[in-house]
Amino acid sequence: MNALPLILTVFVACAVEAVEALTIILAAGITREWRSTFQGTVVALVALAVITAAIGPAISYLPLTGLRLVVGALLAIFGLQWLRKAVLRATGYKSLHDEASAYLREVAAAESATKESRRGVNDWYAFTLAFKGVLLEGLEVVFIVITFGANQKNVGAAVIGAAAAIVVVTITGIAVKAPLTKVPENWMKFAVGVMLTSFGTFWGAEGAGVKWPGNDGALLAGVPVVAAFAALCILWLRSRKTAAAAPAKQPEVVA
Amino acid sequence: MNVTQRLKAFGAFWYDFIVGDDWHVAALIVIGLALTAAATHVAKVNSWWLLPIVAFAALAWSLHRATSSK
Repeated sequence: MNALPLILTVFVACAVEAVEALTIILAAGITREWRSTFQGTVVALVALAVITAAIGPAISYLPLTGLRLVVGALLAIFGLQWLRKAVLRATGYKSLHDEASAYLREVAAAESATKESRRGVNDWYAFTLAFKGVLLEGLEVVFIVITFGANQKNVGAAVIGAAAAIVVVTITGIAVKAPLTKVPENWMKFAVGVMLTSFGTFWGAEGAGVKWPGNDGALLAGVPVVAAFAALCILWLRSRKTAAAAPAKQPEVVA
Repeated sequence: MNVTQRLKAFGAFWYDFIVGDDWHVAALIVIGLALTAAATHVAKVNSWWLLPIVAFAALAWSLHRATSSK
Protein backbone atom coordinates (compact mmCIF):
# COMPACT_ATOMS: atom_id res chain seq x y z
CA MET A 1 0.00 0.00 0.00
CA ASN A 2 1.06 3.59 -0.65
CA ALA A 3 2.69 5.07 2.48
CA LEU A 4 0.81 8.37 2.19
CA PRO A 5 -2.46 7.24 3.92
CA LEU A 6 -0.34 5.77 6.73
CA ILE A 7 1.71 8.98 7.14
CA LEU A 8 -1.41 11.19 7.08
CA THR A 9 -3.30 9.03 9.58
CA VAL A 10 -0.38 8.98 12.02
CA PHE A 11 0.19 12.72 11.46
CA VAL A 12 -3.39 13.72 12.38
CA ALA A 13 -3.61 11.30 15.33
CA CYS A 14 -0.27 12.46 16.76
CA ALA A 15 -1.07 16.15 16.16
CA VAL A 16 -4.14 15.84 18.42
CA GLU A 17 -2.00 14.31 21.21
CA ALA A 18 0.74 16.91 20.69
CA VAL A 19 -1.76 19.79 21.02
CA GLU A 20 -2.95 18.37 24.36
CA ALA A 21 0.62 17.91 25.63
CA LEU A 22 1.54 21.44 24.51
CA THR A 23 -1.39 22.89 26.50
CA ILE A 24 -0.11 21.24 29.68
CA ILE A 25 3.52 22.31 29.05
CA LEU A 26 2.48 25.93 28.45
CA ALA A 27 0.32 25.96 31.60
CA ALA A 28 3.22 24.62 33.70
CA GLY A 29 5.90 26.81 32.09
CA ILE A 30 4.07 30.14 32.05
CA THR A 31 2.52 29.94 35.54
CA ARG A 32 5.28 28.05 37.39
CA GLU A 33 8.82 27.79 36.03
CA TRP A 34 10.21 26.95 32.59
CA ARG A 35 13.37 25.18 33.82
CA SER A 36 11.49 22.55 35.88
CA THR A 37 8.88 22.23 33.10
CA PHE A 38 11.59 21.47 30.54
CA GLN A 39 13.19 18.97 32.94
CA GLY A 40 9.85 17.16 33.31
CA THR A 41 9.35 17.20 29.53
CA VAL A 42 12.84 15.83 28.83
CA VAL A 43 12.55 13.05 31.45
CA ALA A 44 9.16 12.03 29.97
CA LEU A 45 10.65 11.99 26.44
CA VAL A 46 13.53 9.79 27.68
CA ALA A 47 11.01 7.44 29.36
CA LEU A 48 9.04 7.28 26.09
CA ALA A 49 12.23 6.53 24.12
CA VAL A 50 13.04 3.66 26.53
CA ILE A 51 9.49 2.26 26.25
CA THR A 52 9.64 2.50 22.43
CA ALA A 53 13.08 0.85 22.32
CA ALA A 54 11.80 -1.99 24.55
CA ILE A 55 8.44 -2.61 22.85
CA GLY A 56 9.29 -1.71 19.23
CA PRO A 57 11.73 -4.51 18.38
CA ALA A 58 9.78 -7.06 20.48
CA ILE A 59 6.57 -6.41 18.56
CA SER A 60 8.28 -7.08 15.22
CA TYR A 61 8.98 -10.69 16.37
CA LEU A 62 5.29 -11.41 16.98
CA PRO A 63 3.42 -13.39 14.28
CA LEU A 64 1.62 -10.93 11.98
CA THR A 65 -1.76 -12.71 12.24
CA GLY A 66 -1.85 -12.55 16.04
CA LEU A 67 -0.52 -8.99 16.00
CA ARG A 68 -3.25 -7.88 13.58
CA LEU A 69 -5.96 -9.56 15.66
CA VAL A 70 -4.90 -7.90 18.94
CA VAL A 71 -3.90 -4.53 17.49
CA GLY A 72 -6.98 -4.47 15.24
CA ALA A 73 -9.23 -5.05 18.25
CA LEU A 74 -7.49 -2.30 20.25
CA LEU A 75 -7.57 0.20 17.36
CA ALA A 76 -11.23 -0.51 16.61
CA ILE A 77 -12.09 0.02 20.30
CA PHE A 78 -10.02 3.25 20.46
CA GLY A 79 -11.48 4.47 17.18
CA LEU A 80 -15.09 3.84 18.20
CA GLN A 81 -14.52 5.59 21.55
CA TRP A 82 -13.03 8.61 19.73
CA LEU A 83 -15.93 8.62 17.26
CA ARG A 84 -18.45 8.32 20.10
CA LYS A 85 -16.97 11.36 21.86
CA ALA A 86 -16.68 13.37 18.63
CA VAL A 87 -20.31 12.63 17.66
CA LEU A 88 -21.58 13.49 21.17
CA ARG A 89 -19.60 16.75 21.08
CA ALA A 90 -20.72 17.65 17.55
CA THR A 91 -24.36 17.23 18.60
CA GLY A 92 -24.07 19.12 21.89
CA TYR A 93 -24.63 16.10 24.15
CA LYS A 94 -21.11 16.54 25.49
CA SER A 95 -19.28 19.84 25.93
CA LEU A 96 -16.54 20.55 23.39
CA HIS A 97 -12.98 19.87 24.55
CA ASP A 98 -11.80 23.42 24.58
CA GLU A 99 -8.01 23.89 24.79
CA ALA A 100 -8.53 27.42 26.16
CA SER A 101 -10.64 26.22 29.10
CA ALA A 102 -8.37 23.20 29.64
CA TYR A 103 -5.44 25.63 29.76
CA LEU A 104 -7.24 27.90 32.27
CA ARG A 105 -8.04 24.90 34.51
CA GLU A 106 -4.38 23.82 34.50
CA VAL A 107 -3.26 27.40 35.17
CA ALA A 108 -5.63 27.78 38.14
CA ALA A 109 -4.41 24.49 39.64
CA ALA A 110 -0.75 25.41 39.01
CA GLU A 111 -1.14 28.84 40.63
CA SER A 112 -2.70 27.43 43.79
CA ALA A 113 -0.05 24.70 44.31
CA THR A 114 2.83 25.41 46.70
CA LYS A 115 6.42 25.49 45.43
CA GLU A 116 8.60 22.62 46.63
CA SER A 117 12.13 21.57 45.62
CA ARG A 118 12.84 17.84 45.36
CA ARG A 119 15.56 15.59 43.89
CA GLY A 120 17.45 18.47 42.31
CA VAL A 121 14.29 19.90 40.70
CA ASN A 122 13.51 23.49 41.70
CA ASP A 123 9.72 23.28 41.26
CA TRP A 124 8.41 19.74 41.73
CA TYR A 125 4.83 20.64 40.74
CA ALA A 126 5.89 22.05 37.34
CA PHE A 127 8.15 19.03 36.80
CA THR A 128 5.45 16.41 37.54
CA LEU A 129 2.76 18.31 35.62
CA ALA A 130 4.92 18.43 32.46
CA PHE A 131 6.19 14.85 33.00
CA LYS A 132 2.69 13.35 33.36
CA GLY A 133 1.24 15.36 30.46
CA VAL A 134 4.01 14.46 28.01
CA LEU A 135 4.20 10.81 29.14
CA LEU A 136 0.45 10.15 28.89
CA GLU A 137 -0.04 11.87 25.53
CA GLY A 138 3.28 10.43 24.32
CA LEU A 139 2.20 6.88 25.19
CA GLU A 140 -0.69 7.23 22.76
CA VAL A 141 1.72 8.51 20.08
CA VAL A 142 4.06 5.54 20.71
CA PHE A 143 1.15 3.10 20.53
CA ILE A 144 -0.10 4.56 17.26
CA VAL A 145 3.38 4.62 15.66
CA ILE A 146 4.30 1.07 16.70
CA THR A 147 0.97 -0.55 15.82
CA PHE A 148 0.43 1.25 12.52
CA GLY A 149 4.08 0.88 11.53
CA ALA A 150 4.30 -2.83 12.47
CA ASN A 151 1.02 -3.76 10.80
CA GLN A 152 1.86 -1.99 7.55
CA LYS A 153 5.49 -3.18 7.84
CA ASN A 154 6.54 0.44 7.47
CA VAL A 155 7.58 1.81 10.87
CA GLY A 156 9.67 4.48 9.09
CA ALA A 157 6.60 6.06 7.45
CA ALA A 158 4.73 6.04 10.80
CA VAL A 159 7.70 7.73 12.51
CA ILE A 160 7.79 10.39 9.75
CA GLY A 161 4.07 11.13 10.30
CA ALA A 162 4.48 11.35 14.10
CA ALA A 163 7.67 13.43 13.96
CA ALA A 164 6.11 15.85 11.46
CA ALA A 165 3.07 16.31 13.72
CA ILE A 166 5.21 16.99 16.80
CA VAL A 167 7.46 19.44 14.90
CA VAL A 168 4.50 21.33 13.38
CA VAL A 169 2.67 21.61 16.73
CA THR A 170 5.84 22.59 18.62
CA ILE A 171 6.82 25.30 16.10
CA THR A 172 3.26 26.65 16.05
CA GLY A 173 3.16 26.63 19.86
CA ILE A 174 6.47 28.53 20.08
CA ALA A 175 5.25 31.02 17.47
CA VAL A 176 1.93 31.83 19.16
CA LYS A 177 3.10 31.20 22.77
CA ALA A 178 -0.44 30.19 23.69
CA PRO A 179 -2.63 27.06 23.60
CA LEU A 180 -3.68 26.20 20.07
CA THR A 181 -7.32 27.21 20.44
CA LYS A 182 -7.89 27.63 16.70
CA VAL A 183 -7.27 23.94 16.02
CA PRO A 184 -10.62 22.30 15.15
CA GLU A 185 -9.90 19.59 17.68
CA ASN A 186 -13.26 17.85 17.60
CA TRP A 187 -13.18 17.42 13.83
CA MET A 188 -9.59 16.20 14.01
CA LYS A 189 -10.69 13.65 16.61
CA PHE A 190 -13.61 12.69 14.35
CA ALA A 191 -11.16 12.11 11.49
CA VAL A 192 -8.80 10.12 13.72
CA GLY A 193 -11.73 8.07 15.04
CA VAL A 194 -12.73 7.25 11.45
CA MET A 195 -9.18 6.21 10.54
CA LEU A 196 -8.59 4.14 13.72
CA THR A 197 -11.96 2.36 13.32
CA SER A 198 -11.28 1.64 9.63
CA PHE A 199 -7.72 0.36 10.18
CA GLY A 200 -8.75 -1.55 13.33
CA THR A 201 -11.70 -3.28 11.67
CA PHE A 202 -9.60 -4.14 8.61
CA TRP A 203 -6.65 -5.59 10.56
CA GLY A 204 -8.81 -7.22 13.25
CA ALA A 205 -10.92 -9.11 10.71
CA GLU A 206 -7.78 -10.05 8.75
CA GLY A 207 -6.23 -11.36 11.97
CA ALA A 208 -9.41 -13.43 12.53
CA GLY A 209 -8.82 -15.11 9.16
CA VAL A 210 -10.91 -13.01 6.77
CA LYS A 211 -9.83 -12.31 3.18
CA TRP A 212 -11.02 -8.82 2.26
CA PRO A 213 -12.47 -8.37 -1.24
CA GLY A 214 -9.98 -6.20 -3.13
CA ASN A 215 -7.28 -6.84 -0.47
CA ASP A 216 -5.77 -3.51 0.70
CA GLY A 217 -8.22 -1.62 -1.51
CA ALA A 218 -10.96 -2.58 0.98
CA LEU A 219 -9.26 -0.36 3.56
CA LEU A 220 -9.43 2.67 1.27
CA ALA A 221 -13.08 1.91 0.56
CA GLY A 222 -13.81 1.40 4.25
CA VAL A 223 -12.66 4.86 5.36
CA PRO A 224 -15.46 6.82 3.57
CA VAL A 225 -18.02 4.21 4.65
CA VAL A 226 -17.10 4.65 8.33
CA ALA A 227 -17.06 8.46 7.92
CA ALA A 228 -20.50 8.38 6.27
CA PHE A 229 -21.94 6.18 9.04
CA ALA A 230 -20.55 8.49 11.75
CA ALA A 231 -21.95 11.53 9.88
CA LEU A 232 -25.34 9.79 9.77
CA CYS A 233 -25.09 9.28 13.55
CA ILE A 234 -24.58 13.06 13.94
CA LEU A 235 -27.68 13.76 11.82
CA TRP A 236 -29.66 11.14 13.80
CA LEU A 237 -28.73 12.63 17.19
CA ARG A 238 -29.36 16.20 15.98
CA SER A 239 -32.85 15.32 14.75
CA ARG A 240 -33.48 13.45 17.98
CA LYS A 241 -32.43 16.48 20.01
CA THR A 242 -34.58 18.80 17.92
CA ALA A 243 -37.58 16.49 18.33
CA ALA A 244 -37.04 16.32 22.09
CA ALA A 245 -36.76 20.13 22.33
CA ALA A 246 -39.92 20.78 20.26
CA PRO A 247 -43.07 21.50 22.35
CA ALA A 248 -45.63 18.70 22.45
CA LYS A 249 -48.48 19.22 19.94
CA GLN A 250 -51.63 20.48 21.67
CA PRO A 251 -54.76 18.40 21.06
CA GLU A 252 -57.35 20.20 18.98
CA VAL A 253 -60.30 21.50 20.99
CA VAL A 254 -63.65 21.34 19.18
CA ALA A 255 -66.00 24.12 20.27
CA MET B 1 0.01 5.95 48.62
CA ASN B 2 0.40 2.26 49.51
CA VAL B 3 1.00 -0.66 47.14
CA THR B 4 -2.72 -1.55 46.80
CA GLN B 5 -3.63 2.03 45.90
CA ARG B 6 -0.79 2.19 43.38
CA LEU B 7 -1.91 -1.09 41.77
CA LYS B 8 -5.52 0.19 41.66
CA ALA B 9 -4.40 3.46 40.06
CA PHE B 10 -2.25 1.50 37.56
CA GLY B 11 -5.20 -0.75 36.67
CA ALA B 12 -7.58 2.21 36.42
CA PHE B 13 -5.16 4.01 34.07
CA TRP B 14 -4.96 1.04 31.67
CA TYR B 15 -8.72 0.38 31.88
CA ASP B 16 -9.39 4.01 30.97
CA PHE B 17 -6.66 3.96 28.28
CA ILE B 18 -7.94 0.81 26.56
CA VAL B 19 -11.66 0.46 27.36
CA GLY B 20 -12.65 4.14 27.74
CA ASP B 21 -16.09 5.50 28.59
CA ASP B 22 -18.30 2.59 27.50
CA TRP B 23 -17.13 -0.98 28.11
CA HIS B 24 -19.98 -2.34 25.97
CA VAL B 25 -18.18 -1.13 22.83
CA ALA B 26 -15.01 -3.04 23.78
CA ALA B 27 -17.03 -6.16 24.66
CA LEU B 28 -18.95 -6.06 21.35
CA ILE B 29 -15.74 -5.72 19.32
CA VAL B 30 -14.21 -8.73 21.10
CA ILE B 31 -17.43 -10.74 20.52
CA GLY B 32 -17.47 -9.61 16.87
CA LEU B 33 -13.90 -10.79 16.34
CA ALA B 34 -14.64 -14.13 18.02
CA LEU B 35 -17.70 -14.65 15.78
CA THR B 36 -15.66 -13.66 12.70
CA ALA B 37 -12.92 -16.14 13.60
CA ALA B 38 -15.50 -18.89 14.26
CA ALA B 39 -17.35 -18.20 10.99
CA THR B 40 -14.09 -18.18 9.02
CA HIS B 41 -12.33 -21.17 10.56
CA VAL B 42 -15.22 -23.41 11.67
CA ALA B 43 -18.05 -22.63 9.21
CA LYS B 44 -15.57 -21.78 6.41
CA VAL B 45 -17.46 -18.56 5.56
CA ASN B 46 -15.36 -15.56 4.52
CA SER B 47 -17.31 -13.24 6.83
CA TRP B 48 -15.48 -9.95 6.07
CA TRP B 49 -18.78 -8.07 6.49
CA LEU B 50 -19.42 -9.21 10.08
CA LEU B 51 -16.98 -7.01 12.04
CA PRO B 52 -17.95 -3.73 10.29
CA ILE B 53 -21.63 -4.48 11.05
CA VAL B 54 -20.80 -5.17 14.71
CA ALA B 55 -18.67 -1.98 14.90
CA PHE B 56 -21.48 0.18 13.45
CA ALA B 57 -24.05 -1.45 15.73
CA ALA B 58 -21.76 -0.90 18.75
CA LEU B 59 -21.36 2.81 17.93
CA ALA B 60 -25.09 3.35 17.35
CA TRP B 61 -26.07 1.45 20.49
CA SER B 62 -23.51 3.28 22.62
CA LEU B 63 -24.71 6.66 21.29
CA HIS B 64 -28.33 5.67 21.92
CA ARG B 65 -27.49 4.68 25.52
CA ALA B 66 -25.54 7.90 26.11
CA THR B 67 -28.31 10.17 24.84
CA SER B 68 -31.56 8.38 25.66
CA SER B 69 -31.73 9.75 29.22
CA LYS B 70 -30.88 13.35 28.19
